Amino acid sequence: MLDLTYETPAPKVIAGAKHDWELVIGMEVHAQVSSKAKLFSGASTQFGAEPNSNVAFVDAAMPGMLPVINEFCVEQAVRTGLGLNAEIHLKSAFDRKNYFYPDLPQGYQISQLYEPIVGEGEILVDMGPGVARLVRVERIHLEQDAGKSIHDMDPNMSFVDLNRTGVALMEIVSRPDIRGPEEAAAYVTKLRQILRYLGTCDGNMQNGNLRADVNVSICRPGQYEKYMETQDFGHLGTRCEIKNMNSMRFIQAAIEYEARRQIKILEEGGEVVQETRLYDPDKNETRSMRSKEEAHDYRYFPCPDLLPLEIEQAWVDDIKASLPELPDAKKARFMGDYGLTEYDASVLTADTTSAAYFEQVVSACEDGKLAANWVINELFGRLKTDEKDIADSPLSPAQLGGIIRLIKSDTISGKIAKDVFEIAYTSGRDPEEIVETEGLKQVTDTGAIEAALDQIIADNPAQVEKAKVNPKLAGWFVGQVMKATGGKANPKAVNQLVAQKLGS
Amino acid sequence: MSIDRDTAAKVAKLARIKVEEDRLDALAQEFNAVLGFIEQLNEVDVDGVEPMVSVEPMRLKRREDKVTDGGMQDKILSNAPDAREGFFAVPKVVE
Repeated sequence: MLDLTYETPAPKVIAGAKHDWELVIGMEVHAQVSSKAKLFSGASTQFGAEPNSNVAFVDAAMPGMLPVINEFCVEQAVRTGLGLNAEIHLKSAFDRKNYFYPDLPQGYQISQLYEPIVGEGEILVDMGPGVARLVRVERIHLEQDAGKSIHDMDPNMSFVDLNRTGVALMEIVSRPDIRGPEEAAAYVTKLRQILRYLGTCDGNMQNGNLRADVNVSICRPGQYEKYMETQDFGHLGTRCEIKNMNSMRFIQAAIEYEARRQIKILEEGGEVVQETRLYDPDKNETRSMRSKEEAHDYRYFPCPDLLPLEIEQAWVDDIKASLPELPDAKKARFMGDYGLTEYDASVLTADTTSAAYFEQVVSACEDGKLAANWVINELFGRLKTDEKDIADSPLSPAQLGGIIRLIKSDTISGKIAKDVFEIAYTSGRDPEEIVETEGLKQVTDTGAIEAALDQIIADNPAQVEKAKVNPKLAGWFVGQVMKATGGKANPKAVNQLVAQKLGS
Repeated sequence: MSIDRDTAAKVAKLARIKVEEDRLDALAQEFNAVLGFIEQLNEVDVDGVEPMVSVEPMRLKRREDKVTDGGMQDKILSNAPDAREGFFAVPKVVE
């Protein structure tokens, strides 16, 4: 499907005190399914509700309550799998992962260890124009989220809110194919982009709707290639898992710190202990979560409350038929159809709102490249100044398309267009009307331009003499003419006339 | 598979069940008796037999994605030994 060719990036190499080291990273991303109700109950998933108000008896694990699966959540997992070119398992099953924690009233999390709903897939992680890494996805399974514990409201007590308990998560597990902190962040960025295109997860990291556990190990150069050849983890180092990160910046910083920590241990003759660690952004370090160690024995077993989940191929086919155009395909199309650079195409396809806006501008002005320039350089810049999102842009695609049409028909110059842009952006007025009312039409009448130029030449004989010796000074005359005509003179005509008059 | 005293202690700890020191050997023995009994099932040849998950052939029941429950903070908290400001209040859990 993809006709984008790319080069594989070089892995990040960190120079230790003794020798070079490479990083090997695998990720487990927890993506909250964009459902209204929870995975196994009819309670709401809405963020920010009163504590313990979005809780059904099932979520609170009241005796005798039984889970009933939310079909929409299953559909979103399948949709996500299809979006990652992954194998869909028509039969999957739920297991109990047992551990004790105050925000887990059941004493177990319902998850899918043995038979996940989605198998092997892949994500193409863009690392810049022409460079990308294909990261293999091992599996996606459905599971319940836990509740939330708050530790800072009272010196002696922890407070527990079960609103998030039982909310559906898709755990997306990658193979250890990520080779540096920047790649890890780019992986999460790409995955988030795909999920948002698919509409299966809103990708809101601040609210914790997308969080990542990162497995980091280090190895000497050459070892990773041996692993890839044999798929034998013995060639790689011992990994540590950094839990629960919800910021791209922290993910990068945590990996960087963790790699250096492991390098120091190994170079000093020590051994890396496989463990769960927590990243502390205030101190920029990772710390061992000793409390988790003992609980690591989860004693999984099939959940006796739930029959295996069987879905039909026809249903999967229907979901597949309803998939939207995904980022890679859209990017390729933008490059092919509109002649955009890969960089511009990437920026415009970052989210569907920007892409749709751009395409509406194109249909209004019929010029892909100009539309891309104006959307990326002018509109995005202006929105950024206002801290506005493209969805709330005061300038409509029709207005921006109208401005570009006026440039293309030589009605206004690119410079004046920026003024028209500003007026249209702040007032919502129609570009054509602005140009008409404000008298901004470009002067292409050479007679008028010539008159202005002659006046300037007559007023500045000294400059004229200098310009005859130094042709670079012609620019000064062009500037003066533009000034005299209020910027409305056609720059091409002015350039020509100045060259004629001074050259002769 | 045989369960020794240490394994029995570990299983009890993971299940948060308090078992006195002098009961551990007996507990390990009971585990072994149960496991030994189950071991017998391994004698049955089940090659090519699909695991049976229910007596009647049934499809996993599904629900629609509709909010039909919740909004009962008082009931959810009514059995809590301690609740404050809408939260369950539990002894401090420190990470």
